[in-house]
Amino acid sequence: MNEIYFNIDAGYLEGIVRGYRDGLITAPQYMNLTQCETMDDLKLQLATTDYASFLQNEPSPLATSTLSARCTEALVAEFQYMQQNAAEPISKFLDYITYGYMIDNVILLITGTLHERDTHDLLEKCHPLGFFDTMPALCVATTVQDLYSTVLVDSPLAGYFRECLSAEDLNELNIEIIRNTLYKAYLEDFYSYCQSLGEPTGSVMAELLRFEADRRTVNITINSFGTELSKDDRAKLYPRLGNMYPEAQTKLARVDDMDQVKSILEQYSEYKIMLAGVSMNASSSGGNSSGDLSLEDRFFAKEVQLNKESFEQQFHFGVFYSWLRLKEQEIRNIVWIAECISQQQKDKVNNYTAIY
Amino acid sequence: MGYLAYARTALNATLATLALWAGLYLLLTGRGERFNVGGYLLRLSPYMWGLYGISLCIGLSVVGAAWGIFIAGSSILGGAVRTPRIATKNLISIIFCEVVAIYGVIMAIVFSAKIAAVNSDRGFSASDYYTGYSLFWGGLAVGLANLICGLAVGITGSNAAVADAHDQQLFVKILVIEIFGSVIGLFGLIVGLLVTGKAEDFTGVI
Repeated sequence: MNEIYFNIDAGYLEGIVRGYRDGLITAPQYMNLTQCETMDDLKLQLATTDYASFLQNEPSPLATSTLSARCTEALVAEFQYMQQNAAEPISKFLDYITYGYMIDNVILLITGTLHERDTHDLLEKCHPLGFFDTMPALCVATTVQDLYSTVLVDSPLAGYFRECLSAEDLNELNIEIIRNTLYKAYLEDFYSYCQSLGEPTGSVMAELLRFEADRRTVNITINSFGTELSKDDRAKLYPRLGNMYPEAQTKLARVDDMDQVKSILEQYSEYKIMLAGVSMNASSSGGNSSGDLSLEDRFFAKEVQLNKESFEQQFHFGVFYSWLRLKEQEIRNIVWIAECISQQQKDKVNNYTAIY
Repeated sequence: MGYLAYARTALNATLATLALWAGLYLLLTGRGERFNVGGYLLRLSPYMWGLYGISLCIGLSVVGAAWGIFIAGSSILGGAVRTPRIATKNLISIIFCEVVAIYGVIMAIVFSAKIAAVNSDRGFSASDYYTGYSLFWGGLAVGLANLICGLAVGITGSNAAVADAHDQQLFVKILVIEIFGSVIGLFGLIVGLLVTGKAEDFTGVI
């Protein structure tokens, strides 16, 4: 019955976001991009895509960082167009999507302030989608209580801070713990919000958010090997949702190396396929030159597949979340190809995850 | 606010109490026979039945058509921002929804031709009562069929617009599904005509 009233508030925006999705770069276009010799060629090829208007005024030696910034600008412009045209149920959903970026910005500002960087530079590095009104005031805070009572209590992130007010001082380890605790609270809140929206948004978003929770669980486990983080603290950072909750999470909380992680993941059929042939060193995207993909790349590929599937149904809000994730993946791909071209390492240029 | 729940409960409780009071009063004072639903229905004028039928026919058909048009139209607008070529072709979905309203108008005109003034001083004839009832149920059949048909065509029209924006060849395939959906309104029209086929104009007892 959702179909008969979905279009009242979100019909136009759904048409818009599907139009954006049709503008994603396809596999043949990626082939053309990988065959470019210089950055100017790349810019010429990108002029036929949706990025044309953002890149056309750039001066000729195009740096990778500029390319990345312009592409992100394109993404933000498209997303903000939708936010400006959104009415009540869909506007709250779009706001929820931005809370993840707000968390990243908050952590960025706190870290930067601790290392005494310039406020202006920090604010420029923040992700534009995660901007909220009192954000610049974060640069003056020193302890978590300070942070909360002066700045964050009015922001949308207020409710997520309940579990980390006990952290005493803001050192490196604690900041990562704060980031993960905030993100855990955000995921659980987002999940219950999506369930309250009914079908089919509830089931589509549940699928996507459970995968995100599983990915976070595995990443927290892998990143905590060799740090001072105790097993109990690690277990407290896992989001309480996902296919791995609760059994695999209790097992993952106690492991100490990658082989054990792999054996636990293999019990889930969808992750078993993903793990076949993964390289044991969890290096960042690229792995080694023989073409093996790292675990992170596998996760990206699986995420792309799940997000593509959410477009198969109509009349749900999941398409907005999925389009944003796919667009981010596309920007990662373009930046990877650009880096390979500018550093003349053409043998690794094919390690992107094509979307269509 | 929680006040709305309280207000609703209060209203329900009041109505239930009044109904119970009236019912027990009639029952316990021996006037139970006066609560006669069937008798009430039989005493209603056939004009009321007939005119209810006509208004439901046109009213529900128009609601169905409008609902379908907004469902399909908003998706066409959204999709046409990036892919302007879909705008002209997808007007067909809007036209199919509009046709549903036209069915309602046609039937309302056909039905209203049977309404006439009754000049006899001995009241309505049996044929008049039959006309009244058949106009009511025929009109309701046409109206409900057109309401659901408008919804079906609207939803399929929205799917067609979105699919057409993605891949041009999908449009004709989804249009076939839409045509099957619009046949439902036609069924309502046919049944309405059959049901009121034998009804004569209002004449009164001759």
